[in-house]
Amino acid sequence: MTIRLEKVTKLFPGVTRPAVDALDLTIEKGQVCVLIGPSGCGKTTTMRMVNRLIEPTSGRIIVGDRDVTKADPVELRRHIGYVIQQIGLFPHMTIAQNVATVPKLLGWEQAKIKARSEEMLDLVGLDPAQYLSRYPRHLSGGQRQRVGVARALAADPPVMLMDEPFGAVDPIVRGRLQEEFLAILKRLKKTVILVTHDIDEAIRMGDVVAIMKDGKLVQYDTPDRLLAAPVDDFVADFVGADRALRRLSLVRAADAVEPGGAAGDLMLSGSLSVREVLSALLAAGQDAATILAEDGTALGQITLAAIRARSAGGIP
Amino acid sequence: MAQWISANPSIFIVALQNHLWLTGVALAAVLLIALPLGLLLTRHRGFANIAIAIVNILRTVPSLALLVIMLPLLGTGFLPSVVALTLYGLPALLLNTYTGLTEVDADIVEAARGQGFSDAQVMTRIEIPLALPVIFAGIRTAAVQIVSAATLAAFIGGGGLGELITAGMANFNFPQLIAGAVAVALLALAVEIAFAGIERLMTRQLRMGAS
Repeated sequence: MTIRLEKVTKLFPGVTRPAVDALDLTIEKGQVCVLIGPSGCGKTTTMRMVNRLIEPTSGRIIVGDRDVTKADPVELRRHIGYVIQQIGLFPHMTIAQNVATVPKLLGWEQAKIKARSEEMLDLVGLDPAQYLSRYPRHLSGGQRQRVGVARALAADPPVMLMDEPFGAVDPIVRGRLQEEFLAILKRLKKTVILVTHDIDEAIRMGDVVAIMKDGKLVQYDTPDRLLAAPVDDFVADFVGADRALRRLSLVRAADAVEPGGAAGDLMLSGSLSVREVLSALLAAGQDAATILAEDGTALGQITLAAIRARSAGGIP
Repeated sequence: MAQWISANPSIFIVALQNHLWLTGVALAAVLLIALPLGLLLTRHRGFANIAIAIVNILRTVPSLALLVIMLPLLGTGFLPSVVALTLYGLPALLLNTYTGLTEVDADIVEAARGQGFSDAQVMTRIEIPLALPVIFAGIRTAAVQIVSAATLAAFIGGGGLGELITAGMANFNFPQLIAGAVAVALLALAVEIAFAGIERLMTRQLRMGAS
């Protein structure tokens, strides 16, 4: 489902500067859109207007073909998945009851709810037999976050809103959860708005990234274009001085090979990123590496010169 | 003491009945006033500060003073006693109801609203269940306070076990005085234990889930 924001403004009472200022933003069906920016930039306010937890002052928000500013907010929210930073699992309810929240609000039959809850826990990698009857406090941070996502997905909403969904888990778990959740969201073809302050997360998770400042959109682009061609110093600063390296980390070695390769070259796996290949080349003091497929056959080579050319080449 | 009770069973039983009746009616009134009022205050935070200031003043007034103040207003007997006891028990439950509800984790309420709970559902399924241990502790405190303070109702003709004490003092009837005092003490203890038991049963599930 497409999400379209048209001239959306939010002015909180008692404040002169709008939190969100005449924002236009379109998120295509099945895309993951990451909203990012310094605190106070309006990213969270923007997201929370989509399910009407915050009422826009003016403008239109269209989800699918429906103007949400004219919908009943309670009914609307039952059809939009919602995951928040502190997860917000209900501590007095079991995991089963937590996951069943929205299906129950929608009046599904018991048997269907039960089957769905089991399916959802399986989906997020938790064994239903082991976890359904437990309470949230018996789970680790990462497990709770999995349950939070299972709960948001339970009624199969076409749209998901995720507010710093990895904020409460430690960095080691975070990387794996990001990968798993992204795979699930892609497989289910959800349209996602994800709010974060972590540029690495934005680059890793986003099909498109919206960088915001003072309630306005500064740049709205794919991660690669953002890193290759920041529109101004603010964006360049925000994506970081190492943006050239970050950009290389977006590309798999297998997708960057050229024909060639010689005996005695460094042998590297095609599943590495180009950034990792560069690092390995520098460490080994060599100019070229042979890239191998999973079965060990050579795909071709990557040279330092090619990496430099790719980096200087700007937008592909 | 036991001798006095077995010699005057009807006097003792009437006094006990009156005492329980005073306590029961006052406690019911406290529940009927404090629970909805506490809930209402959480929706009007501006009002809440004023209401809590008033209730805190009320809390500092001694129970005997409250009862005696009723004399010029409502005269003597059962009704003024119940009104005084209600005012006496009110602060504990009102404060606990308000605090219990306002201390429910804002993220959990936010998550509930975001999933599509209506305001009424957020209240009945999330806020009240999570505040229940604190609210119930307030009910227990109020019940024990009222059952103890009901002893003083005898001073304004409200009856109850206090009457055995005042009559015992007036007539130098030591066994009667002790019978009244010990009965009140045991009753307060019984109420405390009974409510603590109910509280444990009611909040078992909550404690299991509490993080």
